[in-house]
Amino acid sequence: MPINFRHDVDAVLAEATQQHKPVLLDFSAAPM
Amino acid sequence: MWPDPRVVKFVTDNFIPARVHVKDDSALFQRFGEKYGAQWTPTILELDSSGTERHRIEGFLPNDDFLSQLMLGRAHIAFAEGKWDEAEQRFREIVEKFPDTDAAPEALYWAGVSPYKATHDNASLKATATAFRERYQGTPWAKKASVWG
Repeated sequence: MPINFRHDVDAVLAEATQQHKPVLLDFSAAPM
Repeated sequence: MWPDPRVVKFVTDNFIPARVHVKDDSALFQRFGEKYGAQWTPTILELDSSGTERHRIEGFLPNDDFLSQLMLGRAHIAFAEGKWDEAEQRFREIVEKFPDTDAAPEALYWAGVSPYKATHDNASLKATATAFRERYQGTPWAKKASVWG
């Protein structure tokens, strides 16, 4: 099962603060 | 890197994963690229829950090196949060599971620092200096630990 990367980064950062959970942010040029 | 099932599990268990693609998310890529100083792909940032960067991986890595770098970043996040026991455990896990990676000597160094931060007992620093005399000689981390004993 692949990683479910999200693209709504602003929302991810807000949720990270609320959930006190780290974020992995991937700057990618790989084929999608 | 990403298809490795160990990487998938580690990322899923430890992070909210987000991706900005240089073409498909070009506006986001530019905005967050400027915010975090990401000028190349792949660049993988490990951010703490406040959005502060704690570890950066630039360029392709083979699976063991990539996973050990991800684990190193997660350990640094625990360290930055003052979770000394968790940080030490995470750093030592890297040394045990991936002793031949570039992450290992850095992890060994910080595995010694973590208990010192908790107790201010320099025994862990001395033990780390001793450990570096037996392995990872020639690395910057061995040089840094050499002052401890």
